[in-house]
Amino acid sequence: MVIDPVTLIVALIGASTPILLAAIGELVVERSGVLNLGVEGMMIIGAVSGFIIAVNSGSPWLGFVGGAFGGAVLSLIFAILTQYLLSNQVATGLALTLFGLGLAALMGEAYAGISPPMTPDLFPEAMRDIPALGPILFGHDLIVYVSLALVAAVWFMLAHTRAGLILRAVGESHEAAHALGYKVVRIRVLAILFGGACAGLGGAYLSLVRVPSWTEGMTAGAGWIALALVVFASWKPWRALLGAYLFGGIAALQLRLQAADINIPVVLLDMSPYLVTIIVLVLISSDKTRAALNAPAALGKVFHASG
Amino acid sequence: MTALLTIDGLTKAYPGVVANDDVSFEIQPGEVHALLGENGAGKSTLVKMIYGLVKPDSGRMTFKGAAYTPPEPRAARAAGVAMVFQHFSLFEALSVAENVALGMEDPPKPRDLAARIREVSETYGLPLDPDRLVGDLSAGERQRVEIIRCLLQDPKLLIMDEPTSVLTPQEVEILFHTLRKLSEEGTAILYISHKLEEIRALCDEATILRLGKVVATCTPREVTAAHMAELMVGKSLAAPARDEAEPGEILLKVAGLSLEPATPFGTPLRHIGFEVRAGEVLGIGGVAGNGQDELLAALSGEALTAHGAIQFKGEPIGDVPPNARRVLGILCAPEERLGHAAAPDMSLTENAVLTARLRRGLDRSGFLDWSGAKSYAETVIERFDVRTPGPDVAARALSGGNLQKYVIGREILQDPDVLVVNQPTWGVDASAAAAIRQAILDLAQGGAAVVCISQDLDELLEVSDRFCALNEGRLSAPRPARGLSMEEIGLMLGGAHDMHEADMEAAHDPA
Amino acid sequence: MIRLEKRPTPSRAWIIGAPILAVILTMIAGGLMFAILGQDPVESIRVIFLDPLFDERFAAFSRPQLLVKAGPLILIAIGLSLGFRAGIWNIGAEGQYIIGAICGAGFGLAFYPSENLLIFPGMIIAGALGGWAWAMIPAILKTRFRTNEILVSLLLVYVAEAILAQAATGFLRNPEGAGFPGSRNLARHPGTDNPEIIAGSGMHWGVLAAFIAVIAAYVLLNRHLLGYQIKLAGEAPRAARFAGVNPTRLIILCLGVSGALAGMAGLFEVAGPAGQISIDFNSGYGFTAIIVAFLGRLHPVGILLAGLLLALTFIGGELAQLMLGVPAPAIQAFQGMLLFFLLALDVLSNYRLRWKTAEVAS
Repeated sequence: MVIDPVTLIVALIGASTPILLAAIGELVVERSGVLNLGVEGMMIIGAVSGFIIAVNSGSPWLGFVGGAFGGAVLSLIFAILTQYLLSNQVATGLALTLFGLGLAALMGEAYAGISPPMTPDLFPEAMRDIPALGPILFGHDLIVYVSLALVAAVWFMLAHTRAGLILRAVGESHEAAHALGYKVVRIRVLAILFGGACAGLGGAYLSLVRVPSWTEGMTAGAGWIALALVVFASWKPWRALLGAYLFGGIAALQLRLQAADINIPVVLLDMSPYLVTIIVLVLISSDKTRAALNAPAALGKVFHASG
Repeated sequence: MTALLTIDGLTKAYPGVVANDDVSFEIQPGEVHALLGENGAGKSTLVKMIYGLVKPDSGRMTFKGAAYTPPEPRAARAAGVAMVFQHFSLFEALSVAENVALGMEDPPKPRDLAARIREVSETYGLPLDPDRLVGDLSAGERQRVEIIRCLLQDPKLLIMDEPTSVLTPQEVEILFHTLRKLSEEGTAILYISHKLEEIRALCDEATILRLGKVVATCTPREVTAAHMAELMVGKSLAAPARDEAEPGEILLKVAGLSLEPATPFGTPLRHIGFEVRAGEVLGIGGVAGNGQDELLAALSGEALTAHGAIQFKGEPIGDVPPNARRVLGILCAPEERLGHAAAPDMSLTENAVLTARLRRGLDRSGFLDWSGAKSYAETVIERFDVRTPGPDVAARALSGGNLQKYVIGREILQDPDVLVVNQPTWGVDASAAAAIRQAILDLAQGGAAVVCISQDLDELLEVSDRFCALNEGRLSAPRPARGLSMEEIGLMLGGAHDMHEADMEAAHDPA
Repeated sequence: MIRLEKRPTPSRAWIIGAPILAVILTMIAGGLMFAILGQDPVESIRVIFLDPLFDERFAAFSRPQLLVKAGPLILIAIGLSLGFRAGIWNIGAEGQYIIGAICGAGFGLAFYPSENLLIFPGMIIAGALGGWAWAMIPAILKTRFRTNEILVSLLLVYVAEAILAQAATGFLRNPEGAGFPGSRNLARHPGTDNPEIIAGSGMHWGVLAAFIAVIAAYVLLNRHLLGYQIKLAGEAPRAARFAGVNPTRLIILCLGVSGALAGMAGLFEVAGPAGQISIDFNSGYGFTAIIVAFLGRLHPVGILLAGLLLALTFIGGELAQLMLGVPAPAIQAFQGMLLFFLLALDVLSNYRLRWKTAEVAS
């Protein structure tokens, strides 16, 4: 069986949207100097809360908003613990993931096996029917375009606005930023909330569009792949897009190869997204100068203003 | 003439210490006013209050005739107060222009800002390229970024916190030239320092702080440096004493030492070579960021080099790790006390094990002898007069001077053959500094070879037999320290970085 | 407004007090959560924390379960705590646990149906080696290429789960199992079983190994140079280098030990309480052990107590599910909450709370 490139590209865009959303949020968080390892937890909370709201309201759009809100609420716990109570960011991020997985399973108990309301495609059928280009350019729902717009907006914000400059400055040296009078904690809390909302939106996209249904543990490591993506992207938005589409491509290809009954062991295909992520991480980190130069210098460090 | 800034009864207390106690003084427009005091005298707290970083417990400030209570630095900047920090508030991974923009309330568009930076930096003889990354600049150039950031805002009062500690003598001249020019244009300058000759050369008035209180005011040009020193310290300190002695055999020899930096903005070492003999102190001067940390790492064994690049008593040891060097008798005291020389959260006993385990036999086949470690820590505390409740206290609880005495003492009491110290008295009060310098001299007197890396030229001239300068990772040929003039030292340190001839001449013109 | 003020020396009282207060706060917050779920909060907390130990109907079954569940948690957490102290974050213990179980079980099944007494010790070694090897992947990638060990060790959990699925349905499947997934039952075959050492106590060889690990870790951290180096590397990496600690060696060692202990825990589980390799024999111990390690303050004795407490929540959670119909995931959320409260209270050991006095300047 031959794999059709057009459907593959359409599928990869869909497959990569959840991790792209989560990654672009985490990128902003890390640029502000905070390492939030709770992406997986925020995604799954987004997935379940988005699903619940969409099913009960009948509106996928309310569901997406709810997913983003759910992710942001969970990230607020992280923000309070790390920014005000000065807890270790690695431990707190892990706690967020463990808690999120449990809470999501609890919230979603009654919702297993239900179908969510359909998320319509954005463009009229005539545009989607243009050969080759139609499905690729116009064959998606609103959230796919939102994710692309977010990448562009984050890039513009970081590179060309004062807010972006301040965010980068805080991530480089919180002491220096504090000495200049910038509100380090407030800026970081806002970044964390943005990251939580993005991860939640990505989770909601999984449960409302990708799967679409609710199952326990359905994020299956997507949050961790998003974290790896930020490293892969060297903290640059456009490279996060590239990386997300690369991973999405592997995921989509892998599913098609399994369906196509090609003689590759299923176990290898199952683990391929994770193995590829590891290999890419190794390639990126082995380039010593680049990895060190691009990482925000204050990443993961606790800030406490004395005096 | 009404005062530009009036400070009236400012008081600020922290738990266990009153940083400022009823401090009052005035600064006139265009005046260069010195704030003089030892480390810990309360200078930094005072200027942080003026800049809005710290709020006073009580007292009033008046600026340009109006009540002045800046809630944050932004408000201080808006009122016309600018500040150049001692530890720069710069971002290494950002460009000069971005760094400048971050310090301004309402920065112009990037292109206009770059042009303004070029224009102002030329006007004041402080050339800068707005597009370069700050991480790639020398310490002197970084200071220019800070100064230009301030000047672009047309300040009425410019606060400078220990600005010359990172400059070569020639760069100091240029800075003074700039400051005098500013003062003529009507900008008042609050100049914080503990360097007396500089204050005599530059300042119109001086306020002297000791233990948080104003102890005196004076006109620096009319009094001697010794008089000011006594006001500042509260007692007269004896200069360290030593007997003349013939140096012995060569203990440490470094030849063709090159090393790539471990961090992105580190300095590579290039063909470093020197020898130190028994009984001798070799002073290595240089402005921060010229390879001091890297040189110490190479000598301590934290960074390994070519086998033959470092020799101890003729044996090549360039690729020998730290503990094996300690066994041989080469000990080091790095600059950063908290986090490098000592672990902040560990007790003094635990910190004794950090370097003294092998030479003081503090373990038996891997099992640690805590009572032995404790008694060694107690010995160091006693012999070096470390003020602390006891060896169970965490290192971070000690004051800078006391922890430094502990760190230096921990090494010296292990009877090293070679001791390498980096910035032994940085941020240390005058009496502790004097004690540390004396201990270094006594160690050399006892037959050890000492390498003293420092930015404090006065200190180096006081303790060194021979002096050499580290500049951009290269070491000059050593010269006898006695009789060296500041001018000569300045040239050894690389003079003024990237300065135009014209600026140099301008700097030497009487202002 | 409350302001934080750094203590000159960490408070010993709060280092011990914080976990206890965290448990109490979690009970309160957990009670609220159960109330929202429509349960009687006091009743639920009692069923989870007291009934397994003291209710006559359940205690006979539950008390031995305490050791059965605490054993692997403690064994894994002890290994993790060494790395966490050194700032080396192995969060993939679940994967090392799975691979250890597969390797150990594979070794035992290779000799089936022999009942040689050396087979079980061999399985333990094979399990430890399997976990060790799986942990060496992030270790080597970190030391050779500076690859982030957090992400690699975690991603390898998913790879291990894929291998487990393959083992249960493929290469370790019981040939006499009528095509059902799952290996032969190791626990019911003399020679490969991990029996109770004292009948009815729940104390199998894995629990004994956990106790030995607690003692060894205690001695290591308090008396031995290696433990000192681990603590030093975590608190002040630069000072550790200065003290001659070789970071590469430390990474290999910490990840290796935690991997080997997790692998061993997996083998003990699969040859004892779980009985066979099945697709989902792993019950998340590798992740819960992270909570155990932190709740125990990365201290061996603390981990021992925390392991018992978390084991209690597992048993109590099952009981609450049975008796009150509390949903199973509730207990996972409950455990997460516990970690949150602990991290929140952690601040008190290094900082003092001060009520902010009225500012003079406003």
